[in-house]
Amino acid sequence: MRLLYFAWVRERLGKAEEQIEPPAGVGTVGELMAWLAERDEQYAHAFENAKVIRAAIDHRHVRPDAAIAGAHEIAFFPPMTGG
Amino acid sequence: MTTTVRLQREAFDVAAEVERMTRGHSDVGAVVTFTGLCRDDENGKPIAALTLEHYPGMAEAEISRHVEEANARWPLLGVTVIHRYGRLVPGDVIVLVATASSHREAAFAAASFLMDYLKTRAPFWKQVETVGGRTWVEAKASDDQAAGRWSVPPPRHEAAK
Repeated sequence: MRLLYFAWVRERLGKAEEQIEPPAGVGTVGELMAWLAERDEQYAHAFENAKVIRAAIDHRHVRPDAAIAGAHEIAFFPPMTGG
Repeated sequence: MTTTVRLQREAFDVAAEVERMTRGHSDVGAVVTFTGLCRDDENGKPIAALTLEHYPGMAEAEISRHVEEANARWPLLGVTVIHRYGRLVPGDVIVLVATASSHREAAFAAASFLMDYLKTRAPFWKQVETVGGRTWVEAKASDDQAAGRWSVPPPRHEAAK
C-alpha cells in the first residue's frame, strides 16, 4: 500500500510518500503507526506522539482502530489548520 | 444547486465568483460570503508569509462531502468554496466560502458550517515564516469546539436538486 505523509510528519520522515507492505498482524491504523515507529529513529521521532497524528484511508478520515485491509492509500498528518 | 469547489495556487476575484453565483439566478435572495485572509501575525508575532500545504485529491473530496452535507441541511441554491495553497503574504486571500439561498438564514448558517468544517476537517496545513524561521501553525481547540456545535443535525429539508 501507498503511505503519504504531510506537514511535520513529512518533514520528520524526510519523505512525502512510500510503498509499504506491513507484516500480517498489523491490522489497524494504530498498529501501523506503532509498527512504523519501530523501524528506525526517524520514524520513532515522527510517530512519538501518535495520539495527535490523524489518518486517512483512501481520502477519508479514519480513527486509529480502522482496519487497513484493502486500503490503497493511507495518509498520516497533524491536526489540520486550513481555512 | 450550483456548486464550485476549487483548489488553486493563483489569486482569484471574489466579486467575480459571487457574480457567477447570482447572474441569471433570480431565485437567489441572499448570498453570504466569508473571505479568509493571510494576517501579518501569528500569536502576536509578526510573520512574513505563510505556506499552505494540502493533500491533493482528499482536500477536494472532503470539501465536496461537506458541501453535500450543507445542501442536505439547508435549502441552498449555490455554494462556492475556493481554497488556495502555496506561499501567501499578508493581505492575500486564502479562502472563499460563498453560499446562496432564497433567504438569509440558510445562507448564513451554511457558510458558517462550511468554514467550521474547513478549519478542522479539510486536509490543509499552515506553516508561517517569521524572522526566527519556519513553524507549523498548531490547531486550535476553539476550532474543534466551533465544528462540534454542528454535530447535532437539525431536521433535514428536501434538498433542492
